[in-house]
Amino acid sequence: MAQRIDTKDLNIYYGDFLAVQDVTMTVDPKSVTAFIGPSGCGKSTFLRTLNRMHEVIPGARVEGSVELEGVDLYGDDVDPVAVRRNVGMVFQRPNPFPTMSIKDNVLAGVKLNNRRISRSDADDLVERSLRGANLWNEVKDRLEKPGSGLSGGQQQRLCIARAIAVRPQVLLMDEPCSALDPISTLAIEDLIGELKQEYTIVIVTHNMQQAARVSDRTAFFNIAGTGKPGRLIEMDDTATMFSSPSQQATEDYVSGRFG
Amino acid sequence: MTTTVSPPPAEAPGRRRTRRRTTDRGFNRVFRWIAVGAGVLILAVLAAVALFLLQQAWPALTAGEDELASAVPRFPDDTSLLEYVGPLVFGTLLAAALALAIATPLAMGIALFISHYAPRRLSQLLGYLVDLLAAVPSVIYGLWGIYVLGPAVQPVWAWLNEYVGWFPLFAGPVSPTSRVLATVSVVLAVMILPIITAVAREVFLQTPKLHEEAALALGATRWEVVRTAVLPFGRSGVISAAMLGLGRALGETMAVLMILSPGFLYSFRILDSSQHQTIAAYIAADFPEASGLAVNTLIATGLVLFVITLAVNMAARAIVARRKEFSGAN
Repeated sequence: MAQRIDTKDLNIYYGDFLAVQDVTMTVDPKSVTAFIGPSGCGKSTFLRTLNRMHEVIPGARVEGSVELEGVDLYGDDVDPVAVRRNVGMVFQRPNPFPTMSIKDNVLAGVKLNNRRISRSDADDLVERSLRGANLWNEVKDRLEKPGSGLSGGQQQRLCIARAIAVRPQVLLMDEPCSALDPISTLAIEDLIGELKQEYTIVIVTHNMQQAARVSDRTAFFNIAGTGKPGRLIEMDDTATMFSSPSQQATEDYVSGRFG
Repeated sequence: MTTTVSPPPAEAPGRRRTRRRTTDRGFNRVFRWIAVGAGVLILAVLAAVALFLLQQAWPALTAGEDELASAVPRFPDDTSLLEYVGPLVFGTLLAAALALAIATPLAMGIALFISHYAPRRLSQLLGYLVDLLAAVPSVIYGLWGIYVLGPAVQPVWAWLNEYVGWFPLFAGPVSPTSRVLATVSVVLAVMILPIITAVAREVFLQTPKLHEEAALALGATRWEVVRTAVLPFGRSGVISAAMLGLGRALGETMAVLMILSPGFLYSFRILDSSQHQTIAAYIAADFPEASGLAVNTLIATGLVLFVITLAVNMAARAIVARRKEFSGAN
């Protein structure tokens, strides 16, 4: 249920603009990998190349390779739609479908492509996914109510339930707690700790404490200046990154000297 | 005498000063009055129109059947005003409904193509062209309907009648001139296409990126993104757009008047001539020769059209409001 990701010499462009340069990294299965770095350093851009979501922006393209368990995601015969079914994503702001009920939101991914699912299977899946997202007890009595009626933290957990309902290999999280209050943040962080039993998790965060709390490995991205491409400066075990990083820039960043 | 010139209570000037301190002054105040004035003006115009229609229609509404029959040409003996207007209402609704049935899916297709499928350049050009359709005067559409569309679709109508003739709408006989309600509906559909497309396009373009990306990240194809994120978001907007189009189709006069060979029947045979007439075209056709009570009768039919249009708009509002909880507004 969890697969590893390898990127090699990955360059990411928006049109002619090189946004992220030369990233080579390995993300281990069944672990949490955190991307940290100042704003605009390309961590979110890089994250979005891992499920080909960056292609949604006109002119965006990549050079180099991204391999999921040895299979190049950018191969000629690979359908981006299939990639995204394998590599789920949770966004910065909770985005449940406003016209759907809580239940339909969870089933949204499963029902794509007109795949049929029996009523009892659907109920099981809804319960399993919501339990997996630690949301079941809060919403089990109002599954037919709209998802947009939940609190921000509940909505975000609903989005996580929706993402894991399609049983992806990898779960990408783009600053999943930045729009949430501390209590909801804690709930999500606990959830991340549980989810890594089954999934490969990559999380972008601006909150260094959060990276230190939830992740096993941490990657630090930085840019030399405005208009310059973002680069991967260093990647190591989270404990090492926050205690004795090998690069001066990493040390300056994690100790709060800039960024 | 002294009491009248005694100073006002002490709090009054104080209150005035507090007022001054609020932000409601200068252009802000002017703007507020302009806004209120514009809002009131709409109500006043609507009320004036309704009042005029009621007042002018009143003699016809209260006149006896014999009186109407002698004053109004084409008024059959022994019928009430309601029975007289009935076929016109029927023709109006049938023409507008058919036009809407043709135009709405087409407009949604065009709007989706412009907003989500076409390359940016092409979509701009297309949007511009569709807007241009709205600028064509209806009398031109009338001419086009008679000289170009009519002859062109006549074989289609004949084909429909031959192979799908069991369906009541396509029952024969088929008019050789094509000056029938089916042709009128197609022309009306073309006329209301721009407004529906323009509104639908704007609504579709406003779909939150967040929701589209949510669908994409679940592995949705482009059509599935449209189905799960774009259409539900745009639903109420599309209904409003369709109702705007329906309003125009109900009231369209010139094109109908020019193309349609009129009749006064409750008939579903839209391929046959001398079956239908719409209220607006009927008024325009008979008004020049009408006098006295006949004018009042025409205005009464106008009143009916006014009521229908109001009802259509209110129905649209009700549909839009029905699923408010799920609209994403909360």
